[in-house]
Amino acid sequence: MALDSRIPGGPLENKWSERKDHMKMVNPSNKRKYTVIVVGTGLAGGAAAASLGELGYNVLNFCYQDSPRRAHSIAAQGGINGAKNYQNDGDSVYRLFYDTIKGGDFRAREANVYRLAEVSVNIIDQCAAQGVPFGREYGGTLANRSFGGAQVSRTFYARGQTGQQLLLGAYQALERQVATGQVKMYSRHEMLDLVLIDGRARGIVVRNLETGKIQSFIGDAVMLCTGGYANAFYLSTNAKNCNTSAIWRAHRRGALFANPCYTQIHPTCIPKSGDYQSKLTLMSESLRNDGRIWVPKKKGEQRPVDQIPEEDRDYYLERIYPSYGNLAPRDVSSRQAKYRCDEGLGVGPGGLGVYLDFSEAIKRLGQNVIAERYGNLFEMYERITGENPYQVPMRIYPAAHYTMGGLWVDYDLMSNVPGLFVGGEANFSDHGANRLGASALMQGLADGYFVLPLTVGDYLASGGIKKADTSHAAFKDAEREINTRLDKLLGAKGKRTVDSYWRELGTILWDECGMARSKESLQRALTKIPVLREEYWKNLKVPGSGNDFNQELEKANRVADFFELGELLCADALDRNESCGGHFRTEYQTPDGEAKRNDAEYAYVAAWGWKGENQKPELHKEPLVYEKIQLATRSYK
Amino acid sequence: MSANGHGGMKLTLDIWRQKNASDPGRFVRYQVAANEHMSFLEMLDVLNQDLITKGEEPLAFDSDCREGICGMCGFVINGSPHGPTHGATVCQLHMRFFKDGDSLTLEPWRAKAFPILKDLVVNRAALDRIIQAGGYISTRTGSAPEANSILVPKESSDIAMEAAACIGCGACVAACPNASAHLFTSAKITHLGVLPQGQPERYTRVLDMMNQTTAEGFGHCTLMGECEAVCPGHVSLEVIPRMNADFFKGSLKKRDPKAVAGGA
Ligand SMILES: Cc1cc2nc3c(=O)[nH]c(=O)nc-3n(C[C@H](O)[C@H](O)[C@H](O)COP(=O)(O)OP(=O)(O)OC[C@H]3O[C@@H](n4cnc5c(N)ncnc54)[C@H](O)[C@@H]3O)c2cc1C
Ligand code: FES
Repeated sequence: MALDSRIPGGPLENKWSERKDHMKMVNPSNKRKYTVIVVGTGLAGGAAAASLGELGYNVLNFCYQDSPRRAHSIAAQGGINGAKNYQNDGDSVYRLFYDTIKGGDFRAREANVYRLAEVSVNIIDQCAAQGVPFGREYGGTLANRSFGGAQVSRTFYARGQTGQQLLLGAYQALERQVATGQVKMYSRHEMLDLVLIDGRARGIVVRNLETGKIQSFIGDAVMLCTGGYANAFYLSTNAKNCNTSAIWRAHRRGALFANPCYTQIHPTCIPKSGDYQSKLTLMSESLRNDGRIWVPKKKGEQRPVDQIPEEDRDYYLERIYPSYGNLAPRDVSSRQAKYRCDEGLGVGPGGLGVYLDFSEAIKRLGQNVIAERYGNLFEMYERITGENPYQVPMRIYPAAHYTMGGLWVDYDLMSNVPGLFVGGEANFSDHGANRLGASALMQGLADGYFVLPLTVGDYLASGGIKKADTSHAAFKDAEREINTRLDKLLGAKGKRTVDSYWRELGTILWDECGMARSKESLQRALTKIPVLREEYWKNLKVPGSGNDFNQELEKANRVADFFELGELLCADALDRNESCGGHFRTEYQTPDGEAKRNDAEYAYVAAWGWKGENQKPELHKEPLVYEKIQLATRSYK
Repeated sequence: MSANGHGGMKLTLDIWRQKNASDPGRFVRYQVAANEHMSFLEMLDVLNQDLITKGEEPLAFDSDCREGICGMCGFVINGSPHGPTHGATVCQLHMRFFKDGDSLTLEPWRAKAFPILKDLVVNRAALDRIIQAGGYISTRTGSAPEANSILVPKESSDIAMEAAACIGCGACVAACPNASAHLFTSAKITHLGVLPQGQPERYTRVLDMMNQTTAEGFGHCTLMGECEAVCPGHVSLEVIPRMNADFFKGSLKKRDPKAVAGGA
């Protein structure tokens, strides 16, 4: 299959205008004749559903939480990028574009990234108009902070709760549409399958999580904005119920899965404390504005941290990357933390930690300023660890956090399945092999407010969508398959709980396909996962029934998909014989331990097609063609 | 129940078990072993693993982010919404605040407007409907002016942020002897009402949202302050008099439409 990314012609700067100027349009009074299904209410889904409702489409919107306001976007802390250049520090659309491409280690599609940088300024305007309480200067203008991988200050923030405030903005816009009846909201409804009719995405099958009822919904287009799959690692910074089921089910129905091995390990998370641990907590990257990262120079350092003098501390990021220092990008910072711990210099239990130290910033700026900037994060740290970070440095360690991979989409954010659109973290489009901080919120809102509402219109206006309803055989078949699957999960009546399998899968992925991967480790993973998956289906113990509120069943169903996805993740990592961004193959590194790309052979998007259970997936390549920029070795030194 | 090898402390839990909305429900006693590094919800995870292994039905409780921000979690521990430490969600409550031998009673939010779905899980859709009634600034995507053309004094922005920090968990309602949702509703009214962007709809918003709050069956507010004490978003009681002031003004403006033309 040839992948057509449908990138518009003309110079990079004009591509988006070019595309918009030549889109087919649905006239205003005809919009109400179309129904768009939007799965997800995070920044991408919430913004898209609200905007589509405003345009006059009928929207059916789904989420698994009890309210759309609780989508995982709510947890984002640090901020959102926007190329406003309010600081007069030389920022521009081009610079944001270039930083993002470089941050992604030259593995993202140029045209998409340029558009992202271009609309970033509209996002800030939109959110400010909605009343998002961004940080402000005394004169009343908007304030900025710095984030990793950039040398300008372009990150807008609402204290340490930026995601919350942006999501509430989108949620409020969404509720306004719910009130008018333009959007119908289905909370606590989980999508379990995608339905195709005549090769087009026409609907979904969902489970009502309160009653267990399986139900079908039909529309003229389907949009998946269902977030990332970092929970495949079990321990991650994602919310407990984040899952891959929506995009994985779509993948099994024909949508290509792109770059699954591009996963992001975030450098600053609270270290794990025990085997009962249910998730890891992120300490926002914004802390690296004022916190300094270090480890003792001596192995087995016994002195209390405040008695280790300056000369015995290694501020390794400042030492290795003098021009970016503590704001080196995430993949680089995580890897360096891992190296220090591998060298036996790590701090805290098990030597799995490094210090993030605020003492100098507190001395320089005063505790009040630090409290104003990061108060809620400091409180959270203290609640979890019982240590006061105003007095002792935080201990941090990398954790699975974000997934750059996702369903393959073209320039219009449509997958290879006509009528199936994918937005936000669920698609692969903008971050290449590594995402820069404060860019996921930007991408979610860019997709949701400014791209999807237009491109879906073009698809609908292009015609060819036949009348159908949910009595169509395709729906009935999908419903039957789901019922069989749920019965199988409930019927195994084995010995082990879902969590015990999920943890084991997560450990395999973390050990063999985490911060560092090698041919051997990946081959090991690819032998272990299928065996465990097979056992899962036979020896699983899920209590209760399917016609009921049953949280174990929900989880069992999600973990079943993580197994299949995990295998593809490792297969992709094995196939990519180079290191780039978050994908670090130990065989491919420079003498000083940096990722070594192989542009001649691997400057492509790996888009995998599902061929059936226990079948080898099929690889499709989309070559990455750069018109504007030169591929360069990424350096933050 | 077996001590499950997680060490340290042994606790006795009396937990509200209710199969569904029509089941009358009852307390059931469990023994669980925990250690001080666990979060409260991790302790319940451990309990559930034991229950499942023994072939019993695990306890239903809501949670998602487990970082204190999504508002999904929440139940009452020994009479206190989100537990005894106050100012944080139950997912942020750690076992080091408890000691060996403690007896704890766990029950769901109790309020007419929050029907119980199962065990500790309730339906909070009423809060969404209050937002639907007017908890937004009507601005269409794409119609926004340049962000810095709207200057917002830092002080207003700070007040807005502090009110907007509400996570919508419903603890305020659970804490209130009248099951009032005033802290929730007035937090949103304050957030939007102190910002220049929120002025055009300021008085219709307060009337519509207040009417909806009453229609949902939440109680009235007698300013007892129990809500503020348990609020994990640290929303201050101050938002309630702010809302009341707007409500009176809004009601007057409604009776005298000429006054409305004058805006805020
Ligand atoms: C702790 C943390 C902090 C972060 N901080 C930042 C930051 O400071 N800046 C930044 O730019 N990015 C940050 N990120 C990343 C960013 O928050 C996410 O990438 C982004 O919010 C994802 O948005 P989304 O709309 O794609 O998906 P989500 O917000 O994850 O929403 C997914 C939606 O899909 C629904 N859903 C999922 N599966 C199904 C299903 N099967 N059926 C029905 N509904 C389903 C969910 O209910 C939810 O509504 C952070 C991430 C984490 C974990
Ligand atoms: S689970 Fe999100 S606030 Fe507790």
